[in-house]
Amino acid sequence: MEDKTFNSAEYMSMELMRFTTAGSVDDGKSTLIGRLLYDSKSIYEDQYEAIRKSSEQKGEEYVNLALLTDGLRAEREQGITIDVAYRYFSTPRRKFIIADTPGHIQYTRNMVTGASSANLALILVDARHGVVEQTRRHAIIASLLQIPHVVICVNKMDLVNYDQKVFEGIENDFKKFATKLDVKDVRFIPISALVGDNVVDRSKKTPWYEGPTLLYLLETVHIASDQNHIDCRFPVQYVIRPQSNDFHDYRGYAGRIAGGVFKKGDKVLALPSGFTSRIKSIDTFDGTLESAFAPMSVTITLEDDIDISRGDMIVRENNVPTSGQDIEVMVCWLTDKPLQLGGKYAIKHTTRNARCVIKEVKYKLNINTLHRNEEDLSIGLNDIARISIRTTTPLFYDSYKRNRNTGSLIIIDEATNVTVGAAMII
Amino acid sequence: MDYNLNHLKELEAESIFVIREVAAEFQNPAILFSGGKDSILLTHLARKAFFPAKIPFPLVHIDTGHNFPETITFRDELVKEIGARLIVGSVQDAINAGTSVEEKGINASRNSLQTATLLETIEANKIDAAMGGARRDEEKARAKERFFSHRDEFGQWDPKNQRPELWNIFNARKGFGEHFRVFPISNWTELDVWQYIHMEGIKLPNLYFSHKRSVFMRDDVYYAETDFMERKDTEQLEEMVVRFRTIGDATCTGATLSGAATLEEIIQEVASSRVTERGGRSDDKRSETAMEDRKKAGYF
Repeated sequence: MEDKTFNSAEYMSMELMRFTTAGSVDDGKSTLIGRLLYDSKSIYEDQYEAIRKSSEQKGEEYVNLALLTDGLRAEREQGITIDVAYRYFSTPRRKFIIADTPGHIQYTRNMVTGASSANLALILVDARHGVVEQTRRHAIIASLLQIPHVVICVNKMDLVNYDQKVFEGIENDFKKFATKLDVKDVRFIPISALVGDNVVDRSKKTPWYEGPTLLYLLETVHIASDQNHIDCRFPVQYVIRPQSNDFHDYRGYAGRIAGGVFKKGDKVLALPSGFTSRIKSIDTFDGTLESAFAPMSVTITLEDDIDISRGDMIVRENNVPTSGQDIEVMVCWLTDKPLQLGGKYAIKHTTRNARCVIKEVKYKLNINTLHRNEEDLSIGLNDIARISIRTTTPLFYDSYKRNRNTGSLIIIDEATNVTVGAAMII
Repeated sequence: MDYNLNHLKELEAESIFVIREVAAEFQNPAILFSGGKDSILLTHLARKAFFPAKIPFPLVHIDTGHNFPETITFRDELVKEIGARLIVGSVQDAINAGTSVEEKGINASRNSLQTATLLETIEANKIDAAMGGARRDEEKARAKERFFSHRDEFGQWDPKNQRPELWNIFNARKGFGEHFRVFPISNWTELDVWQYIHMEGIKLPNLYFSHKRSVFMRDDVYYAETDFMERKDTEQLEEMVVRFRTIGDATCTGATLSGAATLEEIIQEVASSRVTERGGRSDDKRSETAMEDRKKAGYF
């Protein structure tokens, strides 16, 4: 490995990108991640040495890059990945966070978790097998979770002699299926994770492929507009009252902007009280700001002294979220204990804690075919269903499609305190 | 206009959100402060989160009694400067009281004894959320850690049964006697930390910067000469120019030969480094899953 060159001014303009990887058991996902880390020189000598020794002991022919990402003891023993693991690497352009999700058990649950915060989904397809059930399932979840960008990596091209027809066949199959989905930006790349073709460096064996390498694509996909910068939403997280002589009457509303752009002097409305005021200042430790946008964490002070506390939301008067207690959601069930129709659960939506009752299960979604099953309405682990809930107190929400921050909520079992459902508001 | 944050500002916004969420959802949170750069960063972010108010919870330091003196001086000055409350849990007190037993032999370390004192301190102070500066890039078992990591009434971590964490909605509910460990800088890498320290001008203990020190070599790692470590006859003291990439207990923290005396030089060095920062930590080398085993037992 050669040394990286480093320019300390460069990092001030680096962007942060989050992507999720999904693949079935043997399609080389761990190898691909190992390859990205290795080729971008994000693997250190001691890490590489440890896996080289380990591969040698097991009598493997190549240094098994997959070992880099298999963290827990059970995984090393069984050779599988059992949970979402987060990996990091960076190039001079971007810092990347990979949510690496398993292709095995509890598979939907983990994929949904990894997808929830991703800008991009990377789906692996084995060139020899083409689009299979698991490919469709991953794509459906990416669509459901509204991941803005999807990249289909057709892997193991070395095993099909880098045949253009194989690649194009898979591309066409996927596109046909994707017409049923809600994904806007889909790209296809022929790669070999094992050998490294088109991962970081362009392959000489695919002269017919004119698109970017995977790393180049990850570095350049436009992600700045993945956040909602239109609808102003500020869920109040914490009220700051210093109680000190210098800031005697200070009352600041701390939170992370969930949507839109707030400006000093803006006329705003507080929910649920309905009182209006103007933004007096947008404060940070580093000074006051003229404007602030999602996903910044700031503190807002208002001209008028109105009653606002945690769980309330500050919005613009002319653009308010839906406010209500009867809410339709798509839910992914995350636990063995089935969903109880008529059951009561705790929920958390933005910074608001509340309770809800499950009023109705409308249908269960077959995540291989998108078929809506209205007969079997039992919802268990890894099931995705459309349900309606009634909450104890009004929530201020947008549709998940419009805003992932104000359109999502979690459902919690009140007896065990475990997160049992991930819900997206329709 | 393009509304865009750079990666450091976005990481900062995420961490501040997590810290505020802890303050809002728990009765009695605290920051676990080791004197290392990550807990110094965490404390800096907590200051930002509640400005212009002070940090509304205490710093907890688990003192092994084997710290570098520079760490303690730095800790006391920082606490004074920001007006924070400090709670010290002492491993020496636990040994004196007989609740912990010192390891024996040449590689003896108090690192594993920290766990007992940490859990005792959490219980004694009724801390329901202990925030730490651990990062997911540090070690393979940490890569699967949650921001809000639930611990049972024995302080144990169950890696196979973690709560799923979706979007940025954190489930802070717990049963009686249980607590949380929260890791607000989970998504930062070593390089991010250094870049941010540089960008913000955060003060650090001198140990992080290159200096002359009397050291000896054991198992290919340089250790500082201290009163707490016995040397074998073959282990000769040498005067070397070194710095520390991590600062823990002096008995298990190795020094790196380095001439990096400024933040710019350190960033350059970290960016081109070929060994992980925990490569100098003998506590991780005890077995392939040493970190996972310690974490399950309640280690930080």
